Amino acid sequence: MPAIRTQGLTKTYRVADKKPGFVGTVKHFIKRRHREIQAVKAVDLTIEPGEVVGFLGPNGAGKTTTLKMLTGLVHPTAGAVSVLGHEPFKRKAELLKQITLVMGNKQQMIWDLPPMDSLHVNAAVYGIEEKEAMRRVEVFAELLGLDEELTQPVRKLSLGQRMKCELVAALLHHPKVLFLDEPTLGLDLNAQTAVRSFLKQYNEEQQASILLTSHYMADITALCPRVVVIHEGALLYDGSLEGVVQRFAPLREVKLDLAAPVEDAVLNRFGEIEANEGRVARLLVQREALTDAVGRVLAELDVEDLTVTDPPIEDVIARLFDSGNNKGETTP
Amino acid sequence: MTPTPRITKAYFNAFYALMTTYRAEIFFWVIATTLPLIMMGIWVQAGASGAFEGFGSVDAARYFIGVFIFRQLTICWVIYEFEYDVVSGRLSSMLLHPVNPLWRYILLHAGEQFTRLPFSILFIGLSLFIFPEALWGSGEQPGTWLPQGWRVLLALACGYLAFLLRFFISYTISMLAFWIERVSALENLNYMPYLFLSGLVVPIQTLPPALQEVILWTPYPYILWFPAQLIAAPPEAMPAELIARGLLTIVGWITLFAILQQALWRRGLRHYSAMGA
Repeated sequence: MPAIRTQGLTKTYRVADKKPGFVGTVKHFIKRRHREIQAVKAVDLTIEPGEVVGFLGPNGAGKTTTLKMLTGLVHPTAGAVSVLGHEPFKRKAELLKQITLVMGNKQQMIWDLPPMDSLHVNAAVYGIEEKEAMRRVEVFAELLGLDEELTQPVRKLSLGQRMKCELVAALLHHPKVLFLDEPTLGLDLNAQTAVRSFLKQYNEEQQASILLTSHYMADITALCPRVVVIHEGALLYDGSLEGVVQRFAPLREVKLDLAAPVEDAVLNRFGEIEANEGRVARLLVQREALTDAVGRVLAELDVEDLTVTDPPIEDVIARLFDSGNNKGETTP
Repeated sequence: MTPTPRITKAYFNAFYALMTTYRAEIFFWVIATTLPLIMMGIWVQAGASGAFEGFGSVDAARYFIGVFIFRQLTICWVIYEFEYDVVSGRLSSMLLHPVNPLWRYILLHAGEQFTRLPFSILFIGLSLFIFPEALWGSGEQPGTWLPQGWRVLLALACGYLAFLLRFFISYTISMLAFWIERVSALENLNYMPYLFLSGLVVPIQTLPPALQEVILWTPYPYILWFPAQLIAAPPEAMPAELIARGLLTIVGWITLFAILQQALWRRGLRHYSAMGA
């Protein structure tokens, strides 16, 4: 049985539509106007137990709404959703004890108390024996490098320390499905790395399924062999991380170390200029035209060194979202 | 899922710890809820004038000290808490716990009541110091204030039922936060009848009998007047049939509001968009 399965999952929100200015305010006060926004459009998704899936999309693409429906916080407008065999919006305790949602911009711990107080509450709520709960806290704390932070008020902790504590609280009950919405948001590099390796280890040890959204591509490349791309509520792509590059980056990056600077007008003849900074230039060239372009570059320019690579995954995703041309081309 | 004793204890411990971090604020909050003691000053004078038959100055002092005690027990701010939780999306993390957030809110209030207790005792002691006749009686109204033990226990039980009644009235209105962004504005609709029908300002027994009868069918007199009367009034003023009627009415209103709240909760969750989360 898949850990997560959705079929035609759709969510439409009704939002107030107000014109700006005094007249708009008066009109809105007398007669409210609303419009409907389709945040998620017929999403089909299957995630197997133990799978780690990156959920990518620009702001407003429908990622968080999808996560809210998968965790049962929001009722779908249409379609079917099943998480560990349950319909999440029914909020059965049996399911809630097996899932967790971590939101980088939200907290579940009590702000004015040390994390340990919230952890005691969670241990009781999830029915974990006190001794076992403290053992788990100890293990997680060691992996995340937490110590005295657990007994300091949450409001006194740094963002990174707080997020680590949030992870301990969210995973204390050893959930089988993790929904992580920007878990490394705003963290410094060290904290990001610690969180990533913690999640990797948790996934390996617990065989938990993870659906992860992040704007940091390092999170995705470190954790997610599979990615799902959503844009304007519809799935654009579902497949391997490498496949994103193959599918959405028909371009390759050619880096040139030149003997002398060359003008843009000249470089333009070989491909799209990505950067031209003194003696170093980077060009984007169509895959099928690569051999020809490289041959001409070597023949016509004074090149000291030349390397051909795939463009960084960040650039591929950014281009994908910018273009929006591939809407609806979902790969099963 | 209803909470086990362990969950109840864990919530209570956490919320008591949380409230003790605000002890100074709670002290000032207790001061802000001393309206019954102010009303005591006014009604002691009115009682001394003999304007109300069977309600002398000692009766007034004992009644309003009782009202103060049960007001401390029935303070309820769930509407503000719930509104913030819905609007900010904080409710989402509670919905992911396998325990209905209702229990969390009730135990949050219990933690606050426990923190408030020493301050309340201080104010009761102060009131008795200022008006010792409430304790020992006066020339016109001799006799020590010593209610029967079973009445005190019943009053305490009624006090907690009164808290639940006020809580469920407020919590039911709070459910509208799923549809209305500033639901706390509606609290005034509840506060005005509470102010005038609960016995906080005017003791119900001093009103015309016909009006008393109408008021006794509403939930409000059972929040303050009824438990206060159990400890303050002479036994003949609270006969068994009035006590039985009071208990049945409290339980009836609690049940009614709890059913309504649950119905709104189920519908509200379908409407919830987890804003800000």
